[in-house]
Amino acid sequence: MELIKRGAEAKIYRAKWMGKEVVIKRRVRKGYRIKELDEEIRRRRTKEEAFLMAETRRAGVSVPIIYYIDTVKMEIVMEYIGGKRIKDFIDDENEETQKKICRMIGESVAKMHSHGIIHGDLTTSNMILADKLYFIDFGLGMKSFENEARGVDMHLLMEAFNAAHRNEKLFKWVFEAYGENFDEADEVKRKIDEIIKRGRYMRRVS
Amino acid sequence: MISLGIEGTAHTLGIAIVEKINEKCKILSNESRMYKPAKGGIHPREAANHHAMHLPSLLHESIKKAGVEIKEIDLIGFSIGPGLGPCLRTVATAARTIAIKYKKPIMGVNHCIAHLEIGKALTGSHDPVLLYASGGNTQVISLLEKKYRIFGETLDIGIGNCLDKFGRAIGIPFPAGPHIEKLARKGRKYIPLPYSVKGMDVSFSGILTAALSLIKNESIEDMAYSLQETCFSMLAEVTERAMAHLEKEEVLLGGGVASNMRLQEIMKKMAMERGAKFFVPSRQYLVDNGAMIAWTAILMHEAGYRMSLGDTKVRQNFRTDEVEVKWS
Repeated sequence: MELIKRGAEAKIYRAKWMGKEVVIKRRVRKGYRIKELDEEIRRRRTKEEAFLMAETRRAGVSVPIIYYIDTVKMEIVMEYIGGKRIKDFIDDENEETQKKICRMIGESVAKMHSHGIIHGDLTTSNMILADKLYFIDFGLGMKSFENEARGVDMHLLMEAFNAAHRNEKLFKWVFEAYGENFDEADEVKRKIDEIIKRGRYMRRVS
Repeated sequence: MISLGIEGTAHTLGIAIVEKINEKCKILSNESRMYKPAKGGIHPREAANHHAMHLPSLLHESIKKAGVEIKEIDLIGFSIGPGLGPCLRTVATAARTIAIKYKKPIMGVNHCIAHLEIGKALTGSHDPVLLYASGGNTQVISLLEKKYRIFGETLDIGIGNCLDKFGRAIGIPFPAGPHIEKLARKGRKYIPLPYSVKGMDVSFSGILTAALSLIKNESIEDMAYSLQETCFSMLAEVTERAMAHLEKEEVLLGGGVASNMRLQEIMKKMAMERGAKFFVPSRQYLVDNGAMIAWTAILMHEAGYRMSLGDTKVRQNFRTDEVEVKWS
């Protein structure tokens, strides 16, 4: 097992599992929480994340296939996606390809939002282009049909594009496709403007 | 530079004299009086009356204790918000009166920023993520691009408010926090309560409702223990998220609830597990106090901030990110 990422609540490993290339997301014990509480939270979140991934797949958006959920070790074993993170290559593409990718992103988020799925951490690091466009890391996700939640989701994506990528047209293309595929996009746009005014979600996107 | 600071956003009236000497914060006096309601929670008008009544004597005490003459004071600071309207207006009126009478410059200070600045000044923390946990406020604040931004906060009631309401239901007087802390030490059994973290935000009203519905069947010690463990773990989690996100390596505590030893222990452990530094000022600078207002007023004045009387209108919903931090 090779550790590939250490987050605030989980460690991500790359491994072999039953002969398959997999990614294992393990929620680590937090020593500051009492054991009963800590285990319950990690168990519930592991289940919820897996559930949300399954829902996303049902909505027609690609996510890694889940092979196994272990609620003792608090881990999700999922398919390894051997593509490239959007963050790492989109700046090097020509505008035509950029536009195509951005439109795929907008369309996928529209599908999630219309099915009540809020990803919770929409950055270009959490999108992988392989045979299809895959979304990963639903650890902060939730079910919601509220435009407020959708606005927060889209606002973060906007910040991610503005902070990490040079071409400011990128998010415009994302939102264009989002609007064409989601009836409530105008209302979400208004929410985004409201959220910008609050100023509190400003963040350093990595 | 010597500054007089008046704090009065909620139940505490605080008046302090602070000197900035060799870039350090020297507190010459820090006096306070707390309004305690006869029953129930804070009544804003009653609290304001309390402040009005105690202001003159407290002012004299603070000046006397500091051993300074009023003419030696260079600046009058006061808490301009956020807080309860009647309390803010009472304190603002007092500050304006003093400023006019003695021809001193006046400075309205953001209460939440003041908590952060006094914590930094007294603990030696440089660039912290602040967990500000008090009765009305529960926020995770940190400096990013010249503003103290709120990265997480309560979506409904403050943590202290949650504890007070729970206390009231089991017959504990206001403020209930210290009593609940004592009870919780005797608690053994963890009773599951909703754990409500949404991204970097928290919510306490659902936990309170659940706890209140369970007190009939469980011992109050176990209930107090479970309530503390649940709420404080949530606070540690959102603070950790903010730290990870901002890549900051210091955590600072502020607010009255932060004087709870169990909360301090949890936050310290969180910091240790991530290899971060933990800072907490002593209790009298965690709770609302005049020193934090006086000190922040100096920082603002030295950074070039000036206020005319017209700028001193109180701001009940004053957010930290509305102030440009020119001094840091």
